[in-house]
Amino acid sequence: MTHPGTATPAARIAAVPEKIPVTLSVNHKPAKLVVAPWTTLLDALRDHLNLTGTKKGCDHGQCGACTVLVEGRRINSCLTLAAMQEGAEITTVEGLSRDGELHPLQQAFIDHDAFQCGYCTSGQICSAAGLIAEGKARTAAEIRELMSGNICRCGAYPNIIAAIQQAMERS
Amino acid sequence: MPNYIGTATSRVDGRAKVTGEAKYAGEFNVPGLVHGYVVDSTIPKGQIERIDTSAALGMAGVIDVLTYRNRPQMAAKDDAYKDEVAPEKGSPYRPLYDDRIHFTGQPVALVLAEDWETARVAASQVKIEYQKEPHITDLHAERARAFAVDSPEKSRGDAGKAFASAAVRHAAEYFIPTEHHNPMELFASTAIWQDGQLTVYDKTQGVQNVQQYLCKVFELQPDAVRVMSPYMGGGFGAGLRPQYQVVLAVLGAQALKRPVRVMLTRAQMYALGYRPASIERLALGASSGGTLESMQHEAIAVTSQFEEFARNDTGWGNLLYKSPNAKFEHRLVKLDLPTSCDMRAPGAATGVYALECAMDELAVALKTDPVQLRLQCYSDRHQGEDLPYTSKQLRECYRQGAAAFGWDKRNAEPRSMRDGSELVGWGMASGVWEALQMPATVRIVLTANGHAEVATAASDIGTGTYTIMAQVAADMLGLPIDNISVKLGDSTLPQCPLEGGSWIASSVCNAIANTARAVRGDLLNLANEMKDSPLAGAGVDDVALIDGKIVSKQDATRAVPIASAMQSGTADRITREEANTVAEDKSHARNVHSAIFAEVKVDEQLGVIRVTRVVNAVAAGRILNLKTAHSQVMGGVVWGIGMALHEETLFDHQFGRVMNANIAEYHVPVNADIHDIEVIFVDEPDEIVNPLGIKGLGEIGIVGVAAAIANAVYHATGKRVRDLPITLDKVVQFN
Repeated sequence: MTHPGTATPAARIAAVPEKIPVTLSVNHKPAKLVVAPWTTLLDALRDHLNLTGTKKGCDHGQCGACTVLVEGRRINSCLTLAAMQEGAEITTVEGLSRDGELHPLQQAFIDHDAFQCGYCTSGQICSAAGLIAEGKARTAAEIRELMSGNICRCGAYPNIIAAIQQAMERS
Repeated sequence: MPNYIGTATSRVDGRAKVTGEAKYAGEFNVPGLVHGYVVDSTIPKGQIERIDTSAALGMAGVIDVLTYRNRPQMAAKDDAYKDEVAPEKGSPYRPLYDDRIHFTGQPVALVLAEDWETARVAASQVKIEYQKEPHITDLHAERARAFAVDSPEKSRGDAGKAFASAAVRHAAEYFIPTEHHNPMELFASTAIWQDGQLTVYDKTQGVQNVQQYLCKVFELQPDAVRVMSPYMGGGFGAGLRPQYQVVLAVLGAQALKRPVRVMLTRAQMYALGYRPASIERLALGASSGGTLESMQHEAIAVTSQFEEFARNDTGWGNLLYKSPNAKFEHRLVKLDLPTSCDMRAPGAATGVYALECAMDELAVALKTDPVQLRLQCYSDRHQGEDLPYTSKQLRECYRQGAAAFGWDKRNAEPRSMRDGSELVGWGMASGVWEALQMPATVRIVLTANGHAEVATAASDIGTGTYTIMAQVAADMLGLPIDNISVKLGDSTLPQCPLEGGSWIASSVCNAIANTARAVRGDLLNLANEMKDSPLAGAGVDDVALIDGKIVSKQDATRAVPIASAMQSGTADRITREEANTVAEDKSHARNVHSAIFAEVKVDEQLGVIRVTRVVNAVAAGRILNLKTAHSQVMGGVVWGIGMALHEETLFDHQFGRVMNANIAEYHVPVNADIHDIEVIFVDEPDEIVNPLGIKGLGEIGIVGVAAAIANAVYHATGKRVRDLPITLDKVVQFN
């Protein structure tokens, strides 16, 4: 039996995996990809589908900037591989507006100035859409708690809460 | 009457940001893009002995691995590496230049591959052996090595003697740990060579600073390099100096003659700049009546071994309080770390924290209300320079802030207020920052269809620059805001300083005013070439541009539509480029002020601290946009809460490296940490500071906030914690 620590460099080089086909549905359109199996959903979206609205802030599931909706549920797209989402319906920030009309959350974020630099914004909005769909949060305190996986370094939190409340009232 | 200036206009770039259309530096997916991944040093000091890239190079998809041995040519002289805001003293660090290791996390190789995943895994296969040397990274252990920096704030009188004989004294040491900016966007650069031209999309607060730096480092002609940063995902000072990934991206693009993107990881960003840890010693001596007799402030802060970065922490008391005797000293300790750098309100966030905690402790010693003590010591003149202020509505900040907070209901006794199982504490502090203007040039292109493009090489790092420029231009040109397009973040645009120091709003808006005046002059000339012009004989300052017309200020019925004037002169566009007027007036001090009131609730058993209310009353001259201005100050308060309770870069001094180089263990405030924040803008007309009376808001929001919270924690618990952050383990022994 070969101990992993004794593997030669050549053996490790050989370990580079073959690319595999993956089919997703992104924003209601089929997306066919050929990617290395270790490609995250986040990198598949940004680098392979050119959907750069979804942001990379840490790549470790710590900041929430990469939040997207998978089958309507909010997840950190850096913590799942594209290949694990075969056939799944993915909604990114680019898929929220319809025919040029902003999603109520997008409009509410503008109205309440719920961002500054804009880098966490896609994740905040997708996360808020998932939060509203979950139907768990009612009060400001509950929204704060359940939006705490999305860091905003500019410190727009109170405005994010106000924007989500506006969208909740109108949905 | 202005239609837009002073209103709560929504961000003009809002739609781009909420739809994901706004492109940041690492998002330009050009054809043939090569992905770079940085290999960084695992030791803090020493020399590279051996680099083995063979395993990485053998991997399918890996194109090349650059190290100091095989990289393209770079400039040999120090001057080439000195950017616009490099410290005056020292030799800037040169990325991938030689075999010397100056700090943990220093880039030592760049793996270039066809995709990012391959580059990352290949980077793990680059084998580097080092010759280690002894290192130092601990400020506390090395404080005896501190040396004084040049040009400290002037001392006066005999502060030591006055302190010794003062009726009431307070002396203590305060500590602020190293903090990292942690903007949400990862530092990234995309470098594209095309037909002898280099285009770089970079995460930077200053496209022209990076452009000039790259020209020097790579010995390129100015017109061959263009740096773009249309959007920036947060800067906070981290993007003032060119960061190493931009050099690496250009090296890669030069080596391969292909476009290259280098995006750092979150962990790698902990080897960029940081707010230097500082030890601050305050000694305040007061008369029994509660006026200051002596004020001493000494700071010891961190810099690297190779550059002396210093922002004076100690002069702020001169702007706030009268004291006949004062002494200030700022010292540095050189450690084996990257060079420290500006981070939101550099020098003030730290120095004013210590000063305002010390004032609180003095108020306790005097048995005086903290607001009252500040009013007793209030200075209407800059004490160091003996100058009046262009404006200073700080008294009004105290009054309005206290009223909004309900300060008069405060029981001065610590541990006297509670809410169920929580102890309640109320604290306050003052804030102060500079109101600067820097030279900037704005170009306006007015077209006959009534649209105007307003352009300068500023960056909007989230501050709202796009929006305030559109507002000011719309008002000055008499056009609806939708007819204004603002172009920023491109080094080929007219000259603009770095986005920092709270000076962009005043600089670019006053430049817009001057350029709009020139446009107005051209329009008036065109109008007066018309037969029977109703504006005949009027000068440029006798008319205004209102609702698409050139209108006489004396008689609004005398007007010429802009479109008619341009049509008659067969001018399809008017292009003007003017700079702001930066007065050399040394007769006034220029500052922005604030008063912060904070409520904390501390769990009596567990020591958990929540900041439940903050009121920040700010006097900052003319407020251009109530919405974005509010956000700026609110964001500053959030930063202050982080500084007070959460933020600390932790080092393992044994290994000379950061232990919490990620955004889960380096704590920043999350949504659940933030409760009520009220921002008040105190009316402060100012015709001296600059023609438009703008003072800037980027820094003031954070200044004093950590002190107000620390003072509130003392009031809640009776426990004075002087070393930040105030974590529960530091307060839990208060019973």
